[in-house]
Amino acid sequence: MSRQSAPAAVDAVFHMHKIAKVYHMGDVAVHALRGVTLDLLPGEFVAKSTLLNILGGLDVPTSGEVHYRDHNLTAASREELTRFRREHVGFVFQFYNLIPSLTALENTTLVSEISENPLEAEECLRMVGLGDRLHHFPAQLSGGEQQRVAIARAVVKRPEVLLCDEPTGALDYATGKIVLEVLDRVNRKLKTITAVITHNSAIAAMADRVIRISSGMIAEVMKNERRASPAELAW
Amino acid sequence: MRLTALDRKLLRDLWHMRGQVITVALIVASGVATYVTMRGAYESVERAQQEHYASHRFADVFAQLKRAPNSLTAEIASIPGVSVVQTRVVVEVNLDIPDLNEPAVGRLVSIPEHQQPMLNDLFLRQGRYIDPGRHDEVLISEAFSSANQLQVGESIGAVINGRWERLRIVGIALSPEYVYEIRGADVFPDNKRFGVLWMSREALGPLFNMEGGFNDVVITLAPGASEAAVLDRLDQLLEPYGGLGAYGRDDQISHRFLTDEIAQDRITGIFVPSIFLGIAAFLIHVVLSRLVSTQRNPIGLLKAFGYSDAAVAVHYLKFALVAVMLGTAAGAPLGIWLGQGLAHMYQNFFRFPVLMFVAGPKLIVWSIAISAMAACLGALTSLRSVVALPPAEAMRPESPPQFREGIAERLGLARLVSISARMILRNLERRPWKAVLTVIGMSFAVAILIVGFYFFDAIDYLVQVQFRTAQRDDVTVTLAEPHGEQARYDIRHLTGVLRSQSFRIVPARLRFQHHSKRIAIQGLESDADLRRVVGQNLDVARIPPAGLLLTTKLAEVLGVEPGDTITIEVLEGERPIRQVPVSGTVDEMIGLSAYMEISALNRLMREGPSVSGAYLSVDSEKLPMLYSQLKRTPAVAGVAVREAMLESFYRTIAESLRISTTALNLFACLIAVGMVYNGAWVALSERGHELASLRVLGFNQREISFMLLGEQALLVSASIPLGFLVGYGFCALLTTAMQTELYRMPLVVNAKTFAVSVLIVAVASLGTGALLYRRLSRLDLVAVLKTRE
Repeated sequence: MSRQSAPAAVDAVFHMHKIAKVYHMGDVAVHALRGVTLDLLPGEFVAKSTLLNILGGLDVPTSGEVHYRDHNLTAASREELTRFRREHVGFVFQFYNLIPSLTALENTTLVSEISENPLEAEECLRMVGLGDRLHHFPAQLSGGEQQRVAIARAVVKRPEVLLCDEPTGALDYATGKIVLEVLDRVNRKLKTITAVITHNSAIAAMADRVIRISSGMIAEVMKNERRASPAELAW
Repeated sequence: MRLTALDRKLLRDLWHMRGQVITVALIVASGVATYVTMRGAYESVERAQQEHYASHRFADVFAQLKRAPNSLTAEIASIPGVSVVQTRVVVEVNLDIPDLNEPAVGRLVSIPEHQQPMLNDLFLRQGRYIDPGRHDEVLISEAFSSANQLQVGESIGAVINGRWERLRIVGIALSPEYVYEIRGADVFPDNKRFGVLWMSREALGPLFNMEGGFNDVVITLAPGASEAAVLDRLDQLLEPYGGLGAYGRDDQISHRFLTDEIAQDRITGIFVPSIFLGIAAFLIHVVLSRLVSTQRNPIGLLKAFGYSDAAVAVHYLKFALVAVMLGTAAGAPLGIWLGQGLAHMYQNFFRFPVLMFVAGPKLIVWSIAISAMAACLGALTSLRSVVALPPAEAMRPESPPQFREGIAERLGLARLVSISARMILRNLERRPWKAVLTVIGMSFAVAILIVGFYFFDAIDYLVQVQFRTAQRDDVTVTLAEPHGEQARYDIRHLTGVLRSQSFRIVPARLRFQHHSKRIAIQGLESDADLRRVVGQNLDVARIPPAGLLLTTKLAEVLGVEPGDTITIEVLEGERPIRQVPVSGTVDEMIGLSAYMEISALNRLMREGPSVSGAYLSVDSEKLPMLYSQLKRTPAVAGVAVREAMLESFYRTIAESLRISTTALNLFACLIAVGMVYNGAWVALSERGHELASLRVLGFNQREISFMLLGEQALLVSASIPLGFLVGYGFCALLTTAMQTELYRMPLVVNAKTFAVSVLIVAVASLGTGALLYRRLSRLDLVAVLKTRE
C-alpha cells in the first residue's frame, strides 16, 4: 500500500483545496467545513460526513475546489456528478440502505448492471462471506449481513474510492468487527481508497491515515506506521 | 376557540399532504356535485311535475274517438269512479309558419270560450286568454313559440277543413298534457314543426263538423277508483262512436317521457356518485394508511404521553373528515350550479310553469352524511391499526417489509425480467389487494369515460339505423283520412316527387290472453325501400306476405311468440275483430310497432287499396315548391321531413347530452389523476429513501423514475382492459336500466370511444407522471446516508 507524503498532489486521486461548506438551517448558518485542504492517494484508508458527501459528489462545497483526477467536481453538473458516482465511487451507508424487494445477489447485480467493468456479483458476496446467502432478502438477513451485502454492492463496480459513513454505527460490537474485517479485506485486495467516517476512535488504528476534524477544521492528521488488523481493535 | 396541540398537528399534516388532500377533495367534490345535481334534478323535476299536475288538474284517463254527441258526456260522468269529465275537439292541421319552409303540424285543442277551470288547464306564460266571439284567436304552446320565435300579436296560416285561415296569437300557454311536446309516433320532439294551439270550442266545432259533439275526452278519477274498470266501461261507451281506445297516464306520451326521464335521473343519481365516493373512500384508505405508517413514532409518543387510543384515532379520522368535507364544501355549490344549468337545459324539453332547481337542506345534509360515511369507510383500517399499535412498538421503526420472489421467477421466468422490473413486480405482489383495488379504481375512470362517450355512440347508431337505414324517404306525407287509389296517384304527381311508397295506418288494439296494447298497425309495401323495418344489427326485416311483424318489445309486452295467433280489434271504420298470426319479430330500438304488408292489411280491413299516406323521395331542388303545395293541401294532415327532424335533434338533444357528458368526463379525469397521483405519491413516500440510495449509488434520475413510475404505468396499463370490460358492463347495465317502451338504447360502443377514453386516462397519467418526475429530481441524497427511513 503506497504511503507517499501528502503534498504529492500529482498522484493524488482527490485533491481538495480550501473547501468550506455552510448549511443554512433556517436562520442559523452551520459551518460544517471551514477551509479544508486535503489530498487522497490511491489505496489509502482514511477517516466527517460533509467531507464524504463532497468527496462522493453528493454535495458541492460553498467555496473552494475539489478535483477528482482531472475532473473539477465543484464545477460539475448534476449529470456529471451522477456519472462520477456511477463510475468511480462506492458507498456504504450507516443503515445499509439495501433494496428490500431484492435479494442479496440482486442488490449487488443491480449495481454491476450499470457498471462498465464490474466484478462478478456472486464473487463479491463470497468475498464478504455471504456465499451461502445469495438468495436471501434483506428482511431475512441480520444487520451485519446486510452491511456486508452493502459492501459487496459498493465494490462490485470496482470503484476507485469506497466511502463509508459510520458503517458500524448501527451494529453491535461483534458484527461491527466482522464488517470492519470485510472492509479491510476488500481494501487490501482491491486497492480501493477507502474513506471511513466514524466517531469511533478505535477504528482509527486500522487506517493508513487518520484525519481528525473538529468544528469544521482539520484538527490533526496522523499517519499510522502500521495498520492494525480489525481483530486487534477493541472499544 | 383555541386549537389543541393535536389539532395544530392535524393542520400541519393537512398542509404537508396538501396534494393528497386536494386530490381526495376533488374526487369527493365530483361525487357530491353529481349527487346534488342528479338527485336535485330528480327531486326538482318530480316536484315540478307534481305541482303542475295538481295545480292544472292533469287528467287521469284519455280517449280519442271519431265523433260523439255532447249528450254522451253525462253517461261518461256516471261511470263509477269518474270524478270529472271534460270533452273536447282536437284536430291536427297544416300550418304555415313565417320563415319556415316546411309545413308544420298544429294540433288544435278546443278550450271554453270563457276562461274557466278545466282539466289539463292552461298556464298562461304571456299574453291573454282568447276573447269570446273572436274566432281567429289562438293560444300557442311555449315550446312551439320559442322554437319558431313566434310572438304574441303575430299571425300564422292554417288550412282548416280545406279553407285557408289566419290565426292570431294572443297568448303563450303551457299545459300538463304537453310538458313534453311530441307528436304521437315521433322519435324525437320537433318543436319547430309540431305545436299545440288552443282555440275556442265555438270556433273549432263548426269548422270540423263538431257542433254539438266532441272527439276527445279527458277524465279524472275519484280517489280509490279502478282505472282499469273505468277504461273498460269508457271503451264500451265510446265504441259506437269510433272510440280509439281509452288509456291512462301511463300511455299518455308526455307523461310517459317525463316519468321515464325522472326515473332515469334517479338511477344515475345513485349510480354515478357511488362510484366517485367509493373511489374517494379508497384513496382515503391509501393516503391515511401511509400517513399512519410514517407516523408510527408520533402515535407511540402520543400514547406514551397518555392520550387515549380513541383520542389518537379521532385525530386521524379528522384528517379524513377534513379532506372529505373540503370536497363536500366545494362539491355542493358546484352541484347546485350544475343543477341550475341542467334545469335550464330541461326547460328546452320539459315545459313547466316553474322549474326551479332546488337542492333543499335535506339534500345537502344527505350529501354531507354520505361523504362522511365514505371518509369513515376509507379510514377504517388505518384507524384500527392506530388503535392496535402498542406505544412501545410504535416507537421502534417498522420492521422491514417482507418480500418474496415474484410469480414470474417462481414460474422460472426470472431471466426474462430485469432487476428493476423485478422490484416493480415484487412491490405489487407484496400488497396484492392494494394493487387490485388501484387497478379497479383506475378502471372506473376508464369506464366512466366510456359510458360518457357511449351515449353518443348509442345515439349515433340509433340515428344511423332509424334515419339512414330504415327511414330513407325525404318527406313523409300523412293524410287526414284514408284514401283510395286516386290518392296514390295524386301523391306521386306532387311537385318534385321522384318516387313514392304508400303506407296504411290502422289504429287497433292487439290482444293476446290477458295482455292488450293499443297500437297503430303499419301497413308497408313489401318491397318498400324508402321505409324499411330494421333490427338492431342493421338486418332488414322482410315484411311477411301475411301475418304480423312485431317489434321484440311489443311481442314481450303481449307475451307472444312467432306462431301465436293474436286478436286484432280495429278501432276504425267497421271496427272488425280479426285473428292474425304473428309471423315474426324484429328488435327495433324505438317505440312499439306492428307491421303488416299493406295489401294484407287492406284485406284485413276488407277495403280496397286504401292508403293513409306515403313516403316520398323528392328532388331536393323542388322541395320548396312541394312544401308550399303541401301547406295548402287540405287532405294532408301532416308532413314530416327527415333531415329537418335530424337537424332539430342534433341541435337540442345531442347538444344537451354533449354538455352533461363533458362535465362527467372532466370528473372522470379527476379520478384518473387522483388515482395515479396518490398511488405514485405513496410509492414515492415508501420508497423515496430506497430511490435516493440508488441515486447515491450512481443511478440517474431516468433509471429511478422507471422504478417508481413503472409500477404506476403497469397499474394503469392493467386497468385499461379491465376498464373496457367494466365500461362495457356499465353500458350494458345502463341500456337495461334505462330501457323504456319508447326507447331501447342499442349496446354499441365504438372503437373510437375506447381509444379516446384510454387516451384521456393516458394523458392524465402522463401529466401526473411528469409531476412526480420533477419531484424525483429533488430527492435529498445527503439525508439517506444518515437516516433510517
